[in-house]
Amino acid sequence: MQQSDSQRIVITGVGLTAPGASSLDQFRANLLAGKSGITTLDLRYMGVHPAGICTFDETRYRKKRENKRGSRAGCISVYCANEALEDAGITFEEYDRSTTGVYLGLTEHGTVETENEVYNISKFDYNVDYWTHHHNPRTVLNNPAGEVTMNLGITGPHYTIGAACAAGNAALIQGAQMLRLGEVDFALCGGISECVGSFGIFASFKSQGALAEHPDPIRASRPFDMQRNGIVISEGGCVFTLERLDSALQRGAKIYGELAGYAMNSDARDFVLPYGPRQQQCMEMALKRAGMDAGDITIVNTHATGTRQGDVEECSAIRKTFAGCTSTYINNTKSSIGHAMGAAGVLELAGNLPSFTDHYVHPTINLDQLDPDCAMQGLVSGEPQKLARVDAVLNNSFGMLGINSVVVVKSFVAG
Amino acid sequence: MTREEIKDVILEIIEDIDEEAEFDNLDADAPLRDQLDLDSMDFLDIVMELRKRYQLQIPEDEYPELATLTSCVNYLEPKLKDA
Repeated sequence: MQQSDSQRIVITGVGLTAPGASSLDQFRANLLAGKSGITTLDLRYMGVHPAGICTFDETRYRKKRENKRGSRAGCISVYCANEALEDAGITFEEYDRSTTGVYLGLTEHGTVETENEVYNISKFDYNVDYWTHHHNPRTVLNNPAGEVTMNLGITGPHYTIGAACAAGNAALIQGAQMLRLGEVDFALCGGISECVGSFGIFASFKSQGALAEHPDPIRASRPFDMQRNGIVISEGGCVFTLERLDSALQRGAKIYGELAGYAMNSDARDFVLPYGPRQQQCMEMALKRAGMDAGDITIVNTHATGTRQGDVEECSAIRKTFAGCTSTYINNTKSSIGHAMGAAGVLELAGNLPSFTDHYVHPTINLDQLDPDCAMQGLVSGEPQKLARVDAVLNNSFGMLGINSVVVVKSFVAG
Repeated sequence: MTREEIKDVILEIIEDIDEEAEFDNLDADAPLRDQLDLDSMDFLDIVMELRKRYQLQIPEDEYPELATLTSCVNYLEPKLKDA
């Protein structure tokens, strides 16, 4: 059934920072060129490891003192939100700040700030008199979204969605739901991660045997490859401007794509191990909501992080969901930028949105020797694949505690 | 520390909080918060920095002593005389 234009949700602006790119154009160019954004990071207690670091103009939209006061996640959020507004051409003459919502997905928040403060008081014999008064405002879970509202004077609702590495997609879904309900008229939604600042996150993956190691950092993130040995941790952010189609058309907005369908579900079985059958159900549910068959999807953008079991589970789910779909292509963005955790889903979706206009499927890189258990028909590796057209992108994003999210975005067609 | 040195320390701490702070026309006898872009969180940053640098514990009821540059110097002079 065709939805009314007031129920159709479109993406009209993209603001992002990823390892190696601080705009969508730059990001897309890197992905098509098969260029990795991964470098190394020398982190307290951890030493040197491959990691994805974002370099962007941190004082473009707020002063250095505000960056010092806030969190790294807040700094990334403010940059991405402003870039998205600029890209969408929104000046808040079109929408009221009081009916604008800010919904940001986070894998975690506060770990970096807490570790830094414990380190700080360690230099004062653990005397808590030296613990900063900035700790609470920096670590409350709404922090990154709240920093955006303060920066932009947005007085509508703001909060964050804690959804492990499915968080970016979850926030996108939340924004769409709030627009459909009429709770807000305009939404800034996306995902943010500052996790490269936390030795604990690196150490935990290492203890789990899931932290990528490679002498050459640009080769460290290698989903589906026989030599893969874990996750490359990255920071990053991506914020979309989301609008109801009728409002977007009324103001003559540029439309990147239409949110056709989405789904979220839970494995309900393990703290860290993913579960293919539930991922398959999630993809099927998203397709059903989108009113699409699997064969209608042009690109499946995988979640695969480069862990042994995780990649195999997802590939199995994709093989079953897309069996016989000869015009569906599959790629992986983490091979170029690592795993940006809460930002991953939306960053990876953003990296594929230009496919609707340039008709390329960006490649998976570092795939030198395909793991037979990860073989999938249509897997694009090494070089970009040029197609006659791209109609729809299905984006997978899964996380710990068995959280699965799938978003389907289709090329915008009026009518 | 001399009065002049204490004044320099205060201004240095404020500059560290806000590198764009402008001191040229600062009235030493007028409240700092009225003249500079400082709020309550910045003020607590000044208190914390004095604690870190000189192990000074400033009780909350004495915070008003830090309102102006001159009152800062007056208040801190006996506490920092051996610093």
